[in-house]
This record gives sequence, structure tokens and C-alpha cells, in this order.
Amino acid sequence: MSDIEARVKEIVVEQLGVNADEVTADASFIDDLGADSLDTVELVMALEEAFECEIPDEEAEKITTVKEAVAYINSVQS
Amino acid sequence: MSKRRVVVTGLGAVTPVGLSVVESWENILAGKSGVAPITSFDVTDFPVRFGASVKGFDVETVISRKDAKKMDTFIHYGIAAAVEAIKDAGLEVNDANAERIGVAIGSGIGGLPGIEAGYDSFLNGGPRKISPFFVPSNIINMISGNLSIMYGMKGPNTAIVTACSTGTHCISAAGRMIQYGDADVMIAGGAEMATSKTGLGGFAAARALSTRNDDPTTASRPWDKDRDGFVLGDGAGVVVLEEYEYAKKRGATIYAELIGSGMSSDAYHMTMPSQGGEGAARCMVNAMNDAGINPEDIHYINAHGTSTPAGDVAETQAIKTAMGHSAQKVAVSSTKSMIGHLLGAAGGVEAVFSVLAIRDQVAPPTINLDNPDEACDLDYVPHTAREMPIDIAMSNSFGFGGTNGTVIFKKLR
Repeated sequence: MSDIEARVKEIVVEQLGVNADEVTADASFIDDLGADSLDTVELVMALEEAFECEIPDEEAEKITTVKEAVAYINSVQS
Repeated sequence: MSKRRVVVTGLGAVTPVGLSVVESWENILAGKSGVAPITSFDVTDFPVRFGASVKGFDVETVISRKDAKKMDTFIHYGIAAAVEAIKDAGLEVNDANAERIGVAIGSGIGGLPGIEAGYDSFLNGGPRKISPFFVPSNIINMISGNLSIMYGMKGPNTAIVTACSTGTHCISAAGRMIQYGDADVMIAGGAEMATSKTGLGGFAAARALSTRNDDPTTASRPWDKDRDGFVLGDGAGVVVLEEYEYAKKRGATIYAELIGSGMSSDAYHMTMPSQGGEGAARCMVNAMNDAGINPEDIHYINAHGTSTPAGDVAETQAIKTAMGHSAQKVAVSSTKSMIGHLLGAAGGVEAVFSVLAIRDQVAPPTINLDNPDEACDLDYVPHTAREMPIDIAMSNSFGFGGTNGTVIFKKLR
């Protein structure tokens, strides 16, 4: 697991109040982890904070799993 | 049409002297003060550096961490008190009764600490840094909102906001809703947590607070010569109100009956009481008329009694005006002498104490009343609690804006 992935999982656990073992790479924030639309907005804000980046709304909408979050962060950091 | 009778079947409280009704009441009867230096933020530059905060509260005993994050502290307190009251009442919400059960829990100010924190985020990071939960975690009706969601209560869902009369007005309005038939059960009261930078600073700027920084536990001293303002307090008080026949049918334990309530407006000044407490007097008279009782029927008054120079005299005069000769016989005390002024929660907590005064036949004390002001000459139950017959107890709340509220409880016959 990359450092980025580990950090993203940590943030998801904290933000959504779920157990770490539920947060698989493909788990959907909304369908599998019980988030609602406001939770996902706050989750994206937490990711922006942690990775010191700005995620535009149209990109944020596409981030629905840990895998997608990691891919996006990798793309902006590389 | 005869009025439907309303009874109290559950009590809940989070106060500066306890995290439950039992703990709070025990300390109130023992005359313990919950006032102490404020440690939750740096108060160095404040003219007032103490308050009556809640101690040792763990929100996760009632709300999951994930949900608790989306609610400011006043909501935590309100929900904790409501959960205790609902449990105490043995109330089960189910498909058959859900639409007949409602909530009316207000707050005077609401999420002031949360608003401060949200504004800090904006100042530091701009509009993108404002949380999507900024609004729903701080607005006043979200105790009622969240509680209705937690339990599936589908009746009235409201929150009255009348400054320091909030809790009392919520209880009286909830009682009316049951009387009128809008609901069979109402969870009603108030909650507050305004001990924040702008809350403390704002009340201090209004010169409303005691500045007795060197001796906080004696700062709240209603009717005493040396009183110099109120002590800002936090917490919540909630009662379960229920239609009498409904409560009887389900075998609920009935603490007391809510026999009357009254309201009035001073129409006088933003923060000062009206001359001679005439607004407060009319409020008490309205409540007695609603209850269909006479002044001599009232044995105990849980006064507003905030320990402000003007307010304490005005309420004393108001009691004399409203009660005539009976004013000299009634026991009057201020539990704010121990827990400070809980603003929108005050009426909730004080309703709980009034009901318990009837149950236990004991008037809680007014502590720190060492030298009564000459203008304050009623029986204020100084220093120690008093065992006495209490059939009927009255609770007063008066708020900024000249808003007054009174509720009257009676031992069930």
C-alpha cells in the first residue's frame, strides 16, 4: 500500500466513522461506507487539507472510492 | 371542551453540577456550586474568567463520534438530556405512536462556538473551507431535528427561541400541543453552550456578568446585597410531557401535572426588566389563571433569580404584585446560585428541579445569600434545602427582549 493510499484510508476512517477493515480500495463512500452527499463534500475538503491541493467540484464528483481518490492525488502530485 | 391534562413522565438533565438528573439534584440539594474558572479557552484578556461549565461530559455515551462531529456542543447536551428523559419515561417509539410524539427543545443562542470555528475556517481559507455541516451543526432547531431522526418521532418538530425564556416557553408550548391534540407526547426543554469567546465576551460587554474572578463559587448570589451580575452556565434540561390518559394507559410513572403556563411581554427595554417587574407579574398571573389556582395555592417558586442587581429586585416586586399577601408565605429559591444562568436551558433545568421539589417535598436552597438586599425581602430558602409540603410549584424565566414565561406544576391527585 502506498503512503498516499494509507493516508487516504486513515482520512476516510476518521471522516466517515467506519472501521479500517471496511475501507477497501474499491469500497464506495456512499454505497458501502454509509456516507451522504454532505459527508463526501467534507471528505474531499479533508483530502485537500491533507494533500495540500485543490480539488475542483467537477473532479470531486468523480471521487467515489479510495482508489479514485488515490489516483486523483497521484495525478496532481506527479 | 375540557382541556386534555398534561403530566410529566420523564426527566433529563446535564448541568454544571451533574451529568444526570440524579447527580444534579443530589448536588443541588446539598447546596454545591458548579461555578469554576473557565479552562476551555484562553480567558486571560476577558473581564470575566469563570463560569458554570459542564464537567466530564462524554458525548460518545449518547451519540456516535461520526454524528457528534456534525453537531455543536449545545446539541450534544440537549440530546443527552432528552435521551435520559425518554429512558426515564420508559417511552418506546413505534409505528403505532410515532406520529403522536413530538419534540420542542430550543436554545437561546445555539451553536456559537461552532459559528466562531466556522468563521475562523473562512478567514483562514476562504469560502471553500466552510464545512458543509456548518449550518446544520449550529442552527437552534437541530436538537429537535436530530432527536426526531434518532427515535423516529414523527409528530411536531419545533424549537422556540426566546433568549432565557426558551426552555420554559418550549415546555409551555409543548403542553399546549398536547392539550389541543396535536400530540400525545412531547419531549420538551432547552439546551445551551455559549461559553465561547464571543459568548462570554458579549455578555461581559453588556455588563450582565458577575466579575468576582477571585471567588467564583460565591459569584452567583441572588438577592444578596453584594450580587453583581449572573454567571454564564451551560447544560440542558428536558422533560417528557404526556397526555394524562395516555400516560396512565401505558403505566408510566407520573411525576407531576403541568397545570398551567403563562407568557407576557415587558414592551419596555432590550435587556432591563420593566419597572416594578410589571411584565413578570402579569406573566405569573396569566399562568395562575390558566391553571385555575389562587396565589395561596403555590408553595414553592423556582425563581428566575439570576443575581443581577436590577432583575432580582424586579422579580421580587413582581412576585408581590402577582401574589399579594401570599408572597410573604411562599418559598422562593434560585438554583442559579449553584449552576449559574443556563440561558435557553435554564427553563428546562429549572422545570426538572421544580418537578423534583414536588416529588421529594423539598425546596432547593439559594446559596451565597449572606446579606439579603433590603429591597429583596421574601423567603428565599437561604443556604440549605428545606423539607416542606409542596403541592404546587411555579417556575419563572425572563429573557432579553422583555420575554417572560411561567409554568406551574402540581402533585398529581
